[in-house]
Amino acid sequence: MIQVASNCVGCGKCVSTCPFGALSLVNRKAVANASCTMCGACVSVCPVKALSLPTAATAKKDLSAYKGVWAFIEITDDGKTQKVRPVGFELLTKGRELADQLGEELAAVVIGDGVEKYFAELSSYGADKIYAVSSPAYHDYNTAAYANAMISLIKKYNPSIVLYPSTYIGRDLSPRISSELFVGLTADCTGLSIADGLLIQTRPAFGGNIMADIKCPDYRPQMSTVRPNVFKKVVSRPGSMAQVISESIALPAQAGKVRIISKHFDEVSNQEKLDEAEVVLAGGRGMKDAAGFALLDDLAKELGGAVGASRAAIDLGLKPKEKQIGQSGVTVASKLYIACGISGAVQHVVGMEHSDVIIGVNKDANAPIFNVCKYGFVGDARQLLPKVIDAVKKAKQK
Amino acid sequence: MNIIVCIKQVPDSTQVKVDPKTGTLIRAGVPSILNPYDHYALEKALAIKAKTGAKVTVLSMGPNQAVAVLRLALALGADEGVLLSDRAFAGSDTWATSYALATAVKKIGQFDLILCGQMAIDGDTAQTGPGIAYHLGIPQITFCDSVDSDGQRAVVKKLIEGGHQIMEADLPVLITMTMPVDYEAKYPSFMAAHKAQDKKISTWTAADIGADLHKLGLEGSPTRVSRIFPPAARAKGEMISGSAEEMAAKFIEILKKESFVK
Repeated sequence: MIQVASNCVGCGKCVSTCPFGALSLVNRKAVANASCTMCGACVSVCPVKALSLPTAATAKKDLSAYKGVWAFIEITDDGKTQKVRPVGFELLTKGRELADQLGEELAAVVIGDGVEKYFAELSSYGADKIYAVSSPAYHDYNTAAYANAMISLIKKYNPSIVLYPSTYIGRDLSPRISSELFVGLTADCTGLSIADGLLIQTRPAFGGNIMADIKCPDYRPQMSTVRPNVFKKVVSRPGSMAQVISESIALPAQAGKVRIISKHFDEVSNQEKLDEAEVVLAGGRGMKDAAGFALLDDLAKELGGAVGASRAAIDLGLKPKEKQIGQSGVTVASKLYIACGISGAVQHVVGMEHSDVIIGVNKDANAPIFNVCKYGFVGDARQLLPKVIDAVKKAKQK
Repeated sequence: MNIIVCIKQVPDSTQVKVDPKTGTLIRAGVPSILNPYDHYALEKALAIKAKTGAKVTVLSMGPNQAVAVLRLALALGADEGVLLSDRAFAGSDTWATSYALATAVKKIGQFDLILCGQMAIDGDTAQTGPGIAYHLGIPQITFCDSVDSDGQRAVVKKLIEGGHQIMEADLPVLITMTMPVDYEAKYPSFMAAHKAQDKKISTWTAADIGADLHKLGLEGSPTRVSRIFPPAARAKGEMISGSAEEMAAKFIEILKKESFVK
């Protein structure tokens, strides 16, 4: 467990910081009990640097050979056509920023069938290089095939950072790669930056109202996953063309052990797709019941929006799990976001704070949701919404 | 046929409260539950057992009190439980955790199908299942909401972007399970819990499973928490209060001003 040096002054800062309640003061010294998970959260808050993790005897590798920032580009398939999933452009935009800070190159890595058609667009988002593995054998995503291709590329070209989308595909693929390479992988980062040459990965931690910076000082590449809509996408190099490095990589034997029998796509209009909707309405515990959520549905119909929910409302069974907005659900970046009866825990806020206009309705004037709102209505959404729906209907009739 | 279900004890997220002063979680007094995704995975394993007579072993890593979720699993119908418990595991991130669990699976020996929840609700990483599959050298299918097996192959319904696909895999394979929308966890009767008390739970240490100590705990964990901090405070926007009528009038005015209503 965590080690406490003799210079501990017994200030107690670590005690209140510990997410696991594992620290207490005994005779004015911090003492850890068996609940300590060695997460390290207390180390950074100690004003006298008395706390430390036991130093792991890691054999120091020479990390200077690892250079370059990579973004794994996911290809989506709607049953008819394939295209680059926009989160890939978001990763490239953030990757460009990181690569510039490091003075290193940015590369897009794209695996698929006939990927040449994506090169121009990938270049426009700032890629210096494109690593391409293209063959009909890679038409459909396959864990073993894609992991083998990525691992081959990483071992050959030694990037210092690899970013993946936190999607069904990215979350399936990236842990397979980190396991084989024995490197760190930080899930669902909401911030990425560089300090002292290291990637600082920020994410909400311990399921609570607290953020953590995570780094992987002794292992390369440093790898993170990022949800769609967390970072903006910006075309930084219109008309430019990256250097393309094509590799031919044979499928591993394991790829054939798992087979797709059939694919089925939901008939969902874009309006109902939370992550792509321009107007999103979300309900929390304060909406209370199905009748409360029916109000959100009605207003969504009038405004042409999609309806989601906070984790608290999902836990109450008021909306299905796939409608959850927040760290462990969908991240949205809509033009208008209306949060009703949502207190605004950090898990929820990180999933919607990038929306342009945020309106909050909550009975509690001190609810944290108001800290991210452009407009905050202090009142019961269940009473306010019927009147707003009427007003919108009237305005539209005119 | 041998099925292993990997399960985790987690704090009940609906009962965790945040300390308003420090912003940290108040875990004291929060009851522990079986991670809901794991609960669902276990029920699917038991459904296959009912059809094929498979043996179901449940495996967990955690402190001694995690034995409670193994007891629950045995009461629900699992045949045997294994708890990995050792200070050597403390500080493990997902890399070291999946290595430890995979090493325990190897010691259990016989396995055709491994089921895991897609993620634990106290970590949300969804990395441990694929990590176990890697360390065992077997394929994986993640985010499935149904699974069936005849002892030769497994057939699953896997969620994909915008829909789902039906997939099959040769055994052995590791499957991670998500929950259907309307899922409600089943709990055992008092009688079932009583009868299950004689079922065997083994507790293994790092030495028992022959794990490489360099791959456990902090040493086996590439990630480090370097700092924790409260989220940045921001300037509040315009606050509006009044009667429902007054606020509705203001609401529509804002929607018009921001061009969401013409």
